[in-house]
Amino acid sequence: MTFPLRLRLLLIQLGVLLAVLATWYAATLPGGINHLLLPAPAPVFKDFGVLLTTGSIWPDLFVTVFEWIVAFAIAAVAGSVIGYLVSLTPYTVEVFDPLFAGLYSIPAILLFPLYLLFFGLGPASKIALGTTIAFFPIVLNTIAGLSCVDRAYITAARSMGANGLQLFWSVMLPAAFPVILTGARLGGVIAFLAILGGETISSLAGLGHRIVSLAENMDTEQMFANILFAVVLAVIINVTVSFAESRGKRWAH
Amino acid sequence: MGALNDRRPKRLKPGYARLLVIAGMLLVWEVGARFFADPLFASPPSAAFLALGGLFADPKIVHAIEITIFEMVAAFVMAVALGLSIGLAVGLQGFTKAAVMPIVLLLYTIPQATLLPLFVLSFGIGPEAKIAFGVSQSIFPVIITTVAGVANLRPALLTAARSMGASRLQIFSAIVFPHMIPSFFTGMRIAMTAVLLGVLLAELYVSTAGIGYYTRLFAQTFKPAELFALIAVLATIAVTLNELCRMAERHFSRWQYAGA
Repeated sequence: MTFPLRLRLLLIQLGVLLAVLATWYAATLPGGINHLLLPAPAPVFKDFGVLLTTGSIWPDLFVTVFEWIVAFAIAAVAGSVIGYLVSLTPYTVEVFDPLFAGLYSIPAILLFPLYLLFFGLGPASKIALGTTIAFFPIVLNTIAGLSCVDRAYITAARSMGANGLQLFWSVMLPAAFPVILTGARLGGVIAFLAILGGETISSLAGLGHRIVSLAENMDTEQMFANILFAVVLAVIINVTVSFAESRGKRWAH
Repeated sequence: MGALNDRRPKRLKPGYARLLVIAGMLLVWEVGARFFADPLFASPPSAAFLALGGLFADPKIVHAIEITIFEMVAAFVMAVALGLSIGLAVGLQGFTKAAVMPIVLLLYTIPQATLLPLFVLSFGIGPEAKIAFGVSQSIFPVIITTVAGVANLRPALLTAARSMGASRLQIFSAIVFPHMIPSFFTGMRIAMTAVLLGVLLAELYVSTAGIGYYTRLFAQTFKPAELFALIAVLATIAVTLNELCRMAERHFSRWQYAGA
């Protein structure tokens, strides 16, 4: 019984996955956990299939993805422009960097009641929440990336007669890009989670809204199927942004 | 040196300049809210500051704030204790690590906010649901950093200790524990951020006497000054708890570097 290590790991993981499914099934047998809390696996997967084929989820999915894209776009533009302006002199970095870092340690979800008051129950309040939460990692990483570019590169480019734009485009940006991308990935992922959270708390439409209304109607089978969908979506988003990050980094090198 | 410094334009110390920036932002907000905004929706910072007195004079609100702090601390302590035990049990053995870590990572990718209704179904609308949700948000970073902390333990150290006849307990207290301390405190810091998010999210989702209830009440009865003041109080609590964890992390990782 000497399997290669990789195969053995794969077998262990498969076994554990099967064990989890079996436990889930066993727990929902008669006399087990109430189906209102934990539905049996088979109907959940069936509902998940129905969800994919009928496309009833698309309108809500569209709302959530729309909110996410708008929030991320605003945060990316604002964060990188402000980060660039701050990074222009070491003095402004010293003044603003701790300010942004301090604000970042306040949980942004606290602002959500205010955003509901200002922007109402629709997508605008979710976009505001997602923008706030994504802004800080992007601005902090832009500052960190641009202000840590090796001085020797800048001096070399200047002495070879590069103007401001050339200096920025061919020296500063490629050198700082990997750090900025990391901030953008982090911002994108937490903005998505925050938007789902905002939709769960108060909203009119969206994935979070859909899951909460299913829960409040005690339709837990449908709810689990929708949560499964959200999980798959989160994994896809994670993989996509990580892929974009590594491609972007390769471009910069 | 002096001559060099004199040639540069005189500038304010960055710390003072930062305070000036904050003061400027407050001033813009004050003027904007006082003269241009609808008083039903926005309130100037001075009014929010004055509303603080009213908040602390109401024993129900003080109690709600106390409950929230209790929920945060309880969730944090439970997440760290559970996460540390699970992390050690899983991370110290190759088999359990290979078997359990993929599940932990899978669970960690679930957007947990969507599970909030389930927590309310299982634990009710009281503090238990908030604590449970805070724990489930924060236990995974603790497990992951604990496992990472024991993963890069040098095998030579373990072999040496064993060959000198150290007991399991001695190995743990003299080798494993000191080695994992820096990553453990990193995990604690991340866990604190997650606890704050989890507890506040759960409070805002449903609450009958906690701060979630009061934020909703103030928003719906158009009392922005009270709402701003309450949010400021919560932000102060969150920053304090975060800063405590960060200080602990800095303190203990310095200790490790000095010893290494």
